[in-house]
Amino acid sequence: MNKQRDPLFHIVKRAALPWYKAWGIRAAAIVLALILCALITTLITGEDPIQVYVTIFEGGFGTARRAWILFHNLAMLLIVALAVTPAFRMRFWNIGGEGQVLIGCLASAACMITLGDKLPNGVLLAVMALASILAGAVWAGIPAIFKARWNTNETLFTLMMNYVATQLAAFFIIIWEVPKGSGTIGIINQSTMAGWLPQVGPSKYFLNILIVAVLTVLMYLYLNYTKHGYEIAVVGESERTARYVGIKVGRVIIRTLLLSGAICGLAGFLLVSGSDHTLTTSLAGGRGFTAVMVSWLAKFNPLFMIFTSFLLVFLARGAAEISTSFGLNQSFSDILTGVILFFIIGCEFFINYKLSFRSAKKEG
Amino acid sequence: MKKIIALLLALVMVFVLAACGGSSAPAAEEPAAEAPAADAPAAEEPAAEAPAADLKVGFIFLHDENSTYDLNFMSAAREACEAKGLVEGESYLFKYPVAESEECYNAAAELADAGCDIVFADSFNHEDYMIQAAMEFPEVQFCHATGTKAHTQGLDNYHNAFASIYEGRYLAGVAAGLKLNEMIEAGEFSADEAKIGYVGAYTYAEVISGYTSFFLGARSVCPSATMEVTFTGEWYDQAAEQEAATNLINNGCKLISQHADSLGAPAACEAAGVPNVSYNGSTANAGPNTYIIASRINWAPYFTLMMDCVLNGEPIPTDWTGTLNTGSVELFELNEAVAAAGTADKLAEVQAALEDGSLHVFDTSTFTVDGETLTSYMADVDTDADYTPDTEAISDGYFHESEYRSAPYFDVQIDGITLLDTQF
Repeated sequence: MNKQRDPLFHIVKRAALPWYKAWGIRAAAIVLALILCALITTLITGEDPIQVYVTIFEGGFGTARRAWILFHNLAMLLIVALAVTPAFRMRFWNIGGEGQVLIGCLASAACMITLGDKLPNGVLLAVMALASILAGAVWAGIPAIFKARWNTNETLFTLMMNYVATQLAAFFIIIWEVPKGSGTIGIINQSTMAGWLPQVGPSKYFLNILIVAVLTVLMYLYLNYTKHGYEIAVVGESERTARYVGIKVGRVIIRTLLLSGAICGLAGFLLVSGSDHTLTTSLAGGRGFTAVMVSWLAKFNPLFMIFTSFLLVFLARGAAEISTSFGLNQSFSDILTGVILFFIIGCEFFINYKLSFRSAKKEG
Repeated sequence: MKKIIALLLALVMVFVLAACGGSSAPAAEEPAAEAPAADAPAAEEPAAEAPAADLKVGFIFLHDENSTYDLNFMSAAREACEAKGLVEGESYLFKYPVAESEECYNAAAELADAGCDIVFADSFNHEDYMIQAAMEFPEVQFCHATGTKAHTQGLDNYHNAFASIYEGRYLAGVAAGLKLNEMIEAGEFSADEAKIGYVGAYTYAEVISGYTSFFLGARSVCPSATMEVTFTGEWYDQAAEQEAATNLINNGCKLISQHADSLGAPAACEAAGVPNVSYNGSTANAGPNTYIIASRINWAPYFTLMMDCVLNGEPIPTDWTGTLNTGSVELFELNEAVAAAGTADKLAEVQAALEDGSLHVFDTSTFTVDGETLTSYMADVDTDADYTPDTEAISDGYFHESEYRSAPYFDVQIDGITLLDTQF
């Protein structure tokens, strides 16, 4: 009995998988997740599983309007993911995207409310965009300066800034609420449409989507083909190496975070001016946190992020449609989204590690 | 080489995105083309199955059925629609939870795309998004509960509705006052300790009107009653409401009522053994030993009205107020085990007086403001950003609530009620 027993299996780190195998595993995970979702739905509702998939698809693409909403949600999630990515590449864990977007929203809404009837629309839009970008940059810049100067913990700092932003937004909502006591601003400038991005192309969301598409390409080029992008990568690999080769690490951190915050601010501007036309404390809608996942899953590659954010948005819309059309409540779509995310995140484990079973070793 | 491939990929991606935009361009016109197509079979169907009305109605709710507020709308919608022979999922559609944001506009537009003749939304903050959709779909009727803007918006297809729920609150207050009297007589506390606690959401006119009428009802039978009101800053926040109610109880409140939508306050009351008067729905299950009675708006009469209007080709009233007489204001599920003896008889008597107009809830002789009787009050009936008071609400010795607009506008702070916090 004192003979050492091998465990049933043990976990071995894999060498890098070829890309097609890695994506094969990811695809398998999604398929498995969908099978499990259909199984759960069928067991609970007794609906035909094929019907469940059809419903998921209809939730995303059932009508032209739904497709536009899907692409708009995708774009809004993607832009926040683009914003946090440069910081992540630098190993600076900016989880303050939520607050940086919200403070951008607040800046835009403030301009719309106070300057709505004072400036021509073109000027107003420029002022709003500038104010939002500036607000977002400041919101990310503060933790960056503290990190660069005093090496404070950026995760905690950016997280705390989220709460400050939420409370600031809540404060101004009470000041601008209409009617009194209702705790809501409603649609800003509904009659004059001052500060609203004009509709370009076939849908009111088209302009937002276009801006994010352009930004995605620019971000890809910035990270991969510019000196700044290279410096970010070096700082991320090793701060000491960066210092050794003469990169001013503090400056890179602050510069990158200003960019990160500025893009979040721009996202806030697009939300207020381009789609929602209001200010609520939940306007950022958790995108600041979901974006972290989008960015990670895509290995910080802006082009892959198009797919990861599509996946998350599509599944969320599909899950919501299932709970609506089968008369189930919100919790059910949360369960489905949870199952799907579990598989998607879990499969990264099987890409990085493999299980090696006992029997295999005996033969060897 | 790798870089070139990556660059090419990037370009492809841009084109894919552009193509998505492009291919959707003709698709975007589809709903307009689809709408009449969807209408056509809908028009033929009822001929085939006679009882079903030629009607499709869409409902938008803020939360799911766990919220007493939304559940109240859902049950009424089902009742009214089934009575018209409509089928859930086919000729009447539910959408929930729909946030008070762009999501509401999208939900309304999707329901219009699906061929609905009427789209209804149940939450106050849905209003602007419903107006937005109403401007875009002039052929669809948009009805919104609790809103304030229809009477000034000037849209033919946008309508508000509410009910004179302050009368229901007053009646519920009477039941509360009788309970306080019973507890005083039983020697549980002295008459001047008869303090009511009230959990409100915001310092919004609807809430103020609600707790004031409740208080006046209680004081009409228990003259020594006072009230403390606290606000949570959320319409639906179970934890905050439970904590607020617990604080009030610890503060010496002998009876609790609330204007917030979760089961938080009833649960706190049950835990502490303090009587509770509920709103929107019976909370007898959450508090079998403490629940007295609930007042609520029954929306079924309004839903029936709006469907009848469309079926008969008549315009839906721009701003409709349901009353005790229309069956829109109800008191229900009196819990005999907790309520004071004789409550049902007293309520019937007071209700009859309210219905025939001999009793007015906001009779200016029954309350004072800073020690003075109110003789004039300009209310903010037409919503604007500066809260400009625009309408004289007091005449014939009482405050005319829900007459110049269906949504409440009584926002007077009367003596006897202490607001513990007003930051919301």
